[in-house]
Amino acid sequence: MYFNQEFETLPRPALEALQLSRLRSVLERVYANVPFYRTSLDRSGIRPADVKSLNDLQRLPFTTKQDMRDSYPYALFAAPMEEIVRIHASSGTTGKPTVVGYTRDDIEVWSELMARSFVSAGAHKGDIIHNAYGYGLFTGGLGAHYGAERLGASVIPISGGNTRRQIMIMQDFGSTVLTCTPSYSLFMAEEAKSEGVDFRNLRLRVGIFGAEPWSEAMRGEIEQKLNLAAIDIYGLSEIMGPGVAIECIEAQKGLHIWEDHFLPEIINPETGQRVPEGERGELVITTITKQGIPLIRYRTRDITSLTYEPCICGRTHARIARMSGRSDDMLIIRGVNVFPSQIESILVAIEGVEPHYLLIVDRSENLDTLEVQVEVDERIFSDEVKVLQRLTRRIEKEIKDMLGVTCSAKLVEPKTIQRSEGKAKRVIDNRKY
Amino acid sequence: MKVEQLSIFIENKSGRLAEITSILGGSDINIRALSLADTSDFGILRLIVNDVESAKQVLKAKGFTVSKTEVVAVEVPDRPGGLSLILQALDVEQINVEYMYAFVERCGGNAVIIFRFDETDKAIEVLQSRHFNVLEGDRLYSM
Repeated sequence: MYFNQEFETLPRPALEALQLSRLRSVLERVYANVPFYRTSLDRSGIRPADVKSLNDLQRLPFTTKQDMRDSYPYALFAAPMEEIVRIHASSGTTGKPTVVGYTRDDIEVWSELMARSFVSAGAHKGDIIHNAYGYGLFTGGLGAHYGAERLGASVIPISGGNTRRQIMIMQDFGSTVLTCTPSYSLFMAEEAKSEGVDFRNLRLRVGIFGAEPWSEAMRGEIEQKLNLAAIDIYGLSEIMGPGVAIECIEAQKGLHIWEDHFLPEIINPETGQRVPEGERGELVITTITKQGIPLIRYRTRDITSLTYEPCICGRTHARIARMSGRSDDMLIIRGVNVFPSQIESILVAIEGVEPHYLLIVDRSENLDTLEVQVEVDERIFSDEVKVLQRLTRRIEKEIKDMLGVTCSAKLVEPKTIQRSEGKAKRVIDNRKY
Repeated sequence: MKVEQLSIFIENKSGRLAEITSILGGSDINIRALSLADTSDFGILRLIVNDVESAKQVLKAKGFTVSKTEVVAVEVPDRPGGLSLILQALDVEQINVEYMYAFVERCGGNAVIIFRFDETDKAIEVLQSRHFNVLEGDRLYSM
């Protein structure tokens, strides 16, 4: 089943011709409208008109998260603000978030690609889509919502949290499709079990899970505990949001990236050179139809591989493998992107706190946990318990306020956090994906 | 009239207390009184020793976070209601006791209690004006 059969099954030569014309058009637009791209293209000596084939994409400079930060908030927008109808944001590497803007056409495209993704996952008109992605600046909730409406399904905009109510609504409203992070789905399963609710008695058929890395083993567990087909979806706000790529229910083997809108490449993150098809590396995406904030060769920092092998589902679009890590130090904790540098800047802003810290990420009862260990030196030490407890509460609150992630702060003795000569080890991630 | 107390940060893990007492013992430092405040994650060990400076140096050299705090040692009549009299006097003046613990040795026939007040100087003034015996540090360390 397809949502847009013509484009989803476009023969490769026609797809590539479309990609080239769209690539040239987006290059013309950013060169004309975005000073950053005019400068970076001029510096590398390439004019949009010099791009004669898809291979020429390799000659273009990359765009990084740092470039987005330097352009905060709107400097990378290629459309005037009068045409921007929506703004989303995600965590930046330090204090400021990464901002993206969508024109009405961008929202249309996003809705269509998300609708295609639903169909690829086996959903259809008539489904009741229980959308437990967070609504707000995070793209997950609204992205899935618009796609569900475009598909013509009934969407329940329940957002995240309040798990008992989620389970009651799934039971009473007859939800057939669940969208949330994979770890939250398992948390729901545990909660349901403790309430004596058996997922085999629910109507759920498909779960569409993303926004954090997961594994085949976790898929098995989710499918067994929630009694549904678990589908992996990929997206990032910089490129669009959810629905950049998704598995098909027919194969459940690799995520089709919607190539009529995005050009994927895999590079060696050290050298920046493309790697041969099928090899692992960093995913780089060029948006070829976006108007609000088109990005040329955006370095996603996600590690995956790419294959153009035909798929049994009939879609001609390339597939990326399940994400297997990051080429930077970003952590995804309960779906929230967290950079250690963000936590560091919060800690050093608290008087007396040394920048010797360690983040311990784990998973307890299927939910990610974050422990922030801070060394106690003489400046923050007190002979009174309440003073030290006030400090840990303050650290927890500031991290929650700034990053939206719940953590527990733990004070440790000085010099217990390992010092290293090169890059300090700041993170211990005990989660098994 | 104040007494110097050492406060040491310790994580709740086995052997830390033994390590501290062994470091002090090995440096010929005698522990005169101690109290341990603990939470689920960490503890604060408070010590009165016979040689505050040396104790602080050796513990710091071993990597512990150590601070000096001023506390007050008060002689408490060893009879029912003895401590109550002191606490009432402080309460009237709205002085808070952050924590307190007993000293090992007796002073004559009386017990000795170590107090940590929110207002140390005012507490000493109040206690002395009510004729409670506030002990000098030097006398306490060598008791």
